[in-house]
Amino acid sequence: MALRQSELRQTNKDDAWRGFASGAWRERIDVKNFLDRNLTPYAGDEGFLAGPTAATTALWQQIQRLTKLERDNGGVLDIDLNTISTITSHAPGYIDKDKEQIVGLQTDAPLKRSVQPFGGIKMVVDACEAYGFQLPQEIVKLFTEVRKTHNQGVFDAYTTEMRAARKAGIITGLPDAYGRGRIIGDYRRVALYGIDRLIAGKKEDLLQLEVDSMTEEVIRLREELSEQIRALQELKQMAATYGNDLSGPATNAKEAFQWLYFAYLGAIKEQNGAAMSIGRVSSFLDVYIDRDMREGKLTEEQAQELMDHFVMKLRIVKFLRTPDYNELFSGDPTWVTESIGGMALTGETRVTKNSFRILHTLYNLGPAPEPNLTVLWSVNLPESFKKYCAKVSIETSSIQYENDDLMRPQFGDDYGIACCVSAMRIGKQMQFFGARANLGKALLYAINGGVDEKLGIQVGPAYAPITGDRLVFDEVMNKYDTMLEWLAQLYMNTLNVIHFMHDKYSYERLEMALHDREILRTMACGIAGLSVVADSLSAIKYAVVKPIRNETGIAVDFEIEGEYPQYGNNDERVDRIAVQITESFMNKLRKHNTYRNALPTMSVLTITSNVVYGKKTGSTPDGRKAGEPFAPGANPMHGRDRMGALASLASVAKIPYESCLDGISNTFSIIPKALGKEQAARINNMVSLLDGYAESLGHHLNVNVFDREQLMDAMEHPENYPQLTIRVSGYAVNFIKLTREQQLDVINRTFHGAV
Amino acid sequence: MKGRIHSIDSFGTVDGPGIRFVLFMQGCALQCQFCHNPDTWDTVAGRVVTVEEILREIEPYLPYYRRSGGGITVTGGEPTLQAGFVAELFSECKRRWGLHTTLDSSGFCEASHAKALLDVTDLVLLDLKQMNPEKHERLTSRDNDRILKFAAYLSERNTPMWIRHVLIPGITDDSSDLRALGAFVGGLRGVEKLELLSYHRMGVYKWQQLGKEYPLEGVPTPTEREIERAYRFIEEGKAQNQTERAPHRSSITC
Repeated sequence: MALRQSELRQTNKDDAWRGFASGAWRERIDVKNFLDRNLTPYAGDEGFLAGPTAATTALWQQIQRLTKLERDNGGVLDIDLNTISTITSHAPGYIDKDKEQIVGLQTDAPLKRSVQPFGGIKMVVDACEAYGFQLPQEIVKLFTEVRKTHNQGVFDAYTTEMRAARKAGIITGLPDAYGRGRIIGDYRRVALYGIDRLIAGKKEDLLQLEVDSMTEEVIRLREELSEQIRALQELKQMAATYGNDLSGPATNAKEAFQWLYFAYLGAIKEQNGAAMSIGRVSSFLDVYIDRDMREGKLTEEQAQELMDHFVMKLRIVKFLRTPDYNELFSGDPTWVTESIGGMALTGETRVTKNSFRILHTLYNLGPAPEPNLTVLWSVNLPESFKKYCAKVSIETSSIQYENDDLMRPQFGDDYGIACCVSAMRIGKQMQFFGARANLGKALLYAINGGVDEKLGIQVGPAYAPITGDRLVFDEVMNKYDTMLEWLAQLYMNTLNVIHFMHDKYSYERLEMALHDREILRTMACGIAGLSVVADSLSAIKYAVVKPIRNETGIAVDFEIEGEYPQYGNNDERVDRIAVQITESFMNKLRKHNTYRNALPTMSVLTITSNVVYGKKTGSTPDGRKAGEPFAPGANPMHGRDRMGALASLASVAKIPYESCLDGISNTFSIIPKALGKEQAARINNMVSLLDGYAESLGHHLNVNVFDREQLMDAMEHPENYPQLTIRVSGYAVNFIKLTREQQLDVINRTFHGAV
Repeated sequence: MKGRIHSIDSFGTVDGPGIRFVLFMQGCALQCQFCHNPDTWDTVAGRVVTVEEILREIEPYLPYYRRSGGGITVTGGEPTLQAGFVAELFSECKRRWGLHTTLDSSGFCEASHAKALLDVTDLVLLDLKQMNPEKHERLTSRDNDRILKFAAYLSERNTPMWIRHVLIPGITDDSSDLRALGAFVGGLRGVEKLELLSYHRMGVYKWQQLGKEYPLEGVPTPTEREIERAYRFIEEGKAQNQTERAPHRSSITC
């Protein structure tokens, strides 16, 4: 007798879940519970790792050839100009079909970029033009006259003040012309449950929303859920073109990698978000590898090959963006952030063999900025994993560290990092990315009565400027406080406009399909120029600061007499100012209404936009000259931390995480010799450094280990350094892809340990 | 007690084991031509601080020093010029936190003068710059008699030592001098390590800032091969010394 459809599915599921410990995860969508029940922690060392297979090496060589062609071609290899990217838009593409364990490309060929105009058509037109391509007129027309974009929506609603603030650069980097990103779909759900089960869940949600009162909120939710279901169906179609059936759960490791990757691929085909992070997938996938190995179906070489091929795909994620954009977020970034390690709430570690395997790709394939490998550091991580991380950092500079002991109490044990430093519970939380406000410029507005020191026009409110010959601390603080009130309100309102329109015109259907129905939304604000402000206020308080005004009375420069305590030396007098400014701005943000009742949060992060911010900001009272870069993220200003690395770290660690739940970025660069004389000493010192920083409640640390001379040589001879990777505020980049200005900024930053 | 210091570095990893708090004292009796900290020579410059103030600077970083097996290193300048201050600092570091203490010295110091300090010192980084007395004087402005005596005193006390020698091409890399260095070190007790530090020019700008003429202008930094060669000569010297001393040692055993 033939099996009925439902019985057949039941059999498939039992087969797919064979050998897994049961739990609540079988009945409802609950990946965390699955991990709690099935993860095998690994406390051993890296001895088991396998090198690259012949297929891996061949594929990677091909990618490197294409990457070189891309570089020679000015930054973009090819664009499919005639197809609007959707989940199902492109025919299957391969690097070398016979060799690839994990398949799927954004278009029909590797490194060929797609047109993704829903965030804004202008960005696409400009990007095509900049790289020598021409977008067909009918597409421009379609997205100008027929189909509205997010960008157009935002500018329809922006106020005069918002436009001025944007132009002056007191608020910058806003996602108002491109995809906002920073949303992590729980891509693991597709592997664990298969799409049919996920669609059934969404349909159930829809039924529950058949309520008496069709409020705006209910209508929106119902529309969103229907879109999510559609996106899941499209994902199934896309996978089918590659010969895979995603209806049911993955039945082995290879399928688990593949299902999960397809889900991610669907997301990046639909959205070119500023950061398209992948979540926390390596230890999840370890469960499948572990089972296949127990069944004798997979060897270590094969497991590593799966990982290498998966990571290779993540390395070649490409979006079409303008050179402008890359100036702000240097080096063609995608932020495919993967969170590795950390601890479970039970006290066990989340480190698995796969945590090692993913780091090991930095050897099998060489160093690279993507995926953005982020180790969730806890002082309780297994010692051998800590040592391996330190070794990899020293040899590749390709890892960033974030303090799991600090985040776990806030976000539990199944969170991931979006972009650089933004923690969120996976599948249960999303953020509205808000770029950042320029607090350095705001200080100048306080001094100059809201007139922009660069443009000479009134941008902020026309409060009375400071007219005295010497800046007086209390007076400046009072005016600054009022100016920050204005800025916080304007900033929040601007973000509300942006995210309203993004939801309306560029909704992340697939990513949100991989979330629960009820989620926590955060309004992720950010600040730039913290160290400039702290030092400026310290100078005003402890030294004599005299403004130099131009003919219109604008303070365009400052004369400083005497010394003043500087942020970065663990000096309480100035560090307290930095803490106070952070807390005060966060409290001001909390006062305002947010779109969809999002919870306001804040980050101290600039990626590389500290260069652009600096360029747009006049001279500041700390002695920084007009146009000079800010320090990145929460870093002390270049060369001002004179008491050694630990004092510098101590200052940054004082910035309270509770006020900066979206992350506090610190970039640490050190020359190899200054880490110790022998490799064993270097590893030991690096581990102690990371443990010490975690214990002192520091949040994030980018670790770069290289010589300044090497970077200078790479500037002159980029062809010799195709894979030189460095870390900048929460992100890693190919050094040779930075603009010359950014390269100089990196070289001029504090290198700890110059003799 | 008060001392005169030049600066501090909360993160040192090359002057002793682990991560270390490095205190640079102000003032030095030598004037080495290759010095990369000539701004620490002047005995009246710098900043006067109390032991208590320095202890307060160390305290926030103790987790780093402990976890890495590090501690505190006092260098300079010449720390033994302010032996009393350093002795009190070390003794407090030990009393309060059991911290490992390292003294980085030129050895230009009367043994009797340093006794109390050495009682609270776990490791001495001793610079032996040149075995030949005349060359030593040319290089540093003083001969090396006092320094060698200090080394012998450390040996007698069995104080753990890391001997360091800055390798300057044409100035401190003569084969006979290096053999002599090896022979001398081979006769010392307590030597845990012998490090050849490669001469570098990163301090040249400080000479310029101080308006001093840099005496080693035009001297290159040593190559990897020159360093290997120097190690070989030192080893030869050591071996020779041991052969010569062998009968003596065996007589003790008998």
